[in-house]
Amino acid sequence: MATLEDGVPPDQTVGPGGELLENPRRRDYLTYAAASVAVVGAGVVVLPLVNSMNPDAATLAQSSTEVDVSAIEPGQAIKTLFRKQPLFVRNLTPAEVAEAQAVPISELRDPQTLEDRTLEGHRNWLITLGVCTHLGCVPLGAGEGENRGPFGGYFCPCHGSAYDTAARIRQGPAPKNLEVPKYAFTSATVVVVG
Amino acid sequence: MSFPWARHYEPKNPLMKWVDDRLPLPRFVYNAVGAGYPVPRNLNYFWNFGVLAGVALVCQIVTGIVLAMHFHSDAAGAFDSVNIGIMRDVNAGWFLRFAHANGASMFFIVLYIHMFRGLYYGSYKPPREMIWLLGVVIFLLTMATAFMGYVLPWGQMSFWGAQVITGFFSAIPVVGDWVRIWLLGGYAPDDATLNRFFSLHYLLPFVILGAVILHIWALHIPGSGNPTGVEVKGEQDTVPFHPYYTAKDGFGVGVFMIIFAFLIFFAPDYLGHPDNYIPANPISTPAHIVPEWYFWPFYAILRAFTADFILPAKLWGVLAMFGSILILFFLPWLDKSPVRSGNFRPMYRIAFWVLVLDVLILGYCGGSPAEPVYVILSQIAAAYYFAHFLIIVPIISRLERPKPLPNSITEAVLGDHGGSRISESAMSA
Repeated sequence: MATLEDGVPPDQTVGPGGELLENPRRRDYLTYAAASVAVVGAGVVVLPLVNSMNPDAATLAQSSTEVDVSAIEPGQAIKTLFRKQPLFVRNLTPAEVAEAQAVPISELRDPQTLEDRTLEGHRNWLITLGVCTHLGCVPLGAGEGENRGPFGGYFCPCHGSAYDTAARIRQGPAPKNLEVPKYAFTSATVVVVG
Repeated sequence: MSFPWARHYEPKNPLMKWVDDRLPLPRFVYNAVGAGYPVPRNLNYFWNFGVLAGVALVCQIVTGIVLAMHFHSDAAGAFDSVNIGIMRDVNAGWFLRFAHANGASMFFIVLYIHMFRGLYYGSYKPPREMIWLLGVVIFLLTMATAFMGYVLPWGQMSFWGAQVITGFFSAIPVVGDWVRIWLLGGYAPDDATLNRFFSLHYLLPFVILGAVILHIWALHIPGSGNPTGVEVKGEQDTVPFHPYYTAKDGFGVGVFMIIFAFLIFFAPDYLGHPDNYIPANPISTPAHIVPEWYFWPFYAILRAFTADFILPAKLWGVLAMFGSILILFFLPWLDKSPVRSGNFRPMYRIAFWVLVLDVLILGYCGGSPAEPVYVILSQIAAAYYFAHFLIIVPIISRLERPKPLPNSITEAVLGDHGGSRISESAMSA
């Protein structure tokens, strides 16, 4: 404010004819400063309100699940729960493994090989979430005698998405393959998911 | 605004005068829904449905508040609190619940008729655009409220409805999965989801009530439209809301209540889905997930997109479903015809009835399983729905030659006799 002359009150300025005018820049500065503080303050208050709606500690605590796979025969699958979502653990037959490996990757909507989706030494264990990537229904195919759809993997009855024997999307509205969670074999027959 | 000939409120007893001097609420009511609100004399029964929607909203709020006193909003107890507690143990609980569940259906029936009334008679046209825009807001809020209410009994359709509807949000690029988890408060619908839906299901009806007050406020600026679409020109074109339309609306409310009571007492589960009497099971999806009947047309549009085209099919479906409602916001600017009423628009009238048929077809497909025949039918009907608003209506409003309009409401009602009266009063005015 070097342009201010001596004797002029700080919220006023000298007009072209020598008259005292309100200093608009000083007023604007105060208005913007006050409004900015209010906006930041409101943001700081909204943050915990929004954040409180995220999954709470109890929900996050159920983040890993141990599954004993010893009773699952080749060709069978089980449904269990992981983070309150259905989890499919399937023991692929050698024919199903070969079928998944034979599919040219260029034909796939969400290109992944069976090797990307299973672990070294455990190629027959297909472990995925049982949540259709379209709108979240549980696909059929893990239960005894359920319809496995035209590609022999899983079939979602809600909107007709069909998955192959690597649980990759092959037909229907779902955009992605069934999600493979992080998991590890802690022994030959025990898997820890999550 | 009110017309200059509107009657003025004069308190009849000293108490009302005392109140009116300090808080002019009696005056406000008198001017809003009393003898102080002049209304076109020629309204037909389609003009009952706004009041009926208000009645349905009040029924839902009253029954809902009492039901909330008996409901347990936790995933372990919600189903039993509804199906054992309210349905069997609470005195008259079965009545309250059936009234609330069927009240939602009644609400949507009158809402849809009210909206199609607006479409046919051009109620969205100047100077009534704001009423229409607020109406679309009310429609969206009502859909959100109804969806969250349907989740509360925590049956199979409740749970899987919540899963599928919140799944829409995972279609949003990049942040979609995070948004869905945030909405649910977990990775799948659970306690957190049920509790927040209960909280919002209790809140939103009051937000709707606020929007309804704005809707009526906006209505009272230009005043009600009428079946001819011709504006009010003089006092002879109107009658006071009370007693003329309070009586006519009262008759409508009587018919509404008879149908409502029939549903509650003789067909309480007719519009519901039997799977919702099965407790929610997170590892078993019902063979055929359907929303309640009033969402079927939109559900059909969602499912109509089966192939990726630049964007994933899933995102297209979600965009189209929301777009099918949001497009209504633009209708006042898509239909440029200066003639409001479909009675005088021969081409628009045909397009209107084809749209009604189209929405019924969409509804039928939305309630049917996702089999190829229904998917193809939904695709055609969904394409037509958008074409109606984006292509057909704008073109008709340019090409159409409307029929001659009556000179006034009174002339339309009384013929030549009324015509001479209007010209006299027009000269004297």
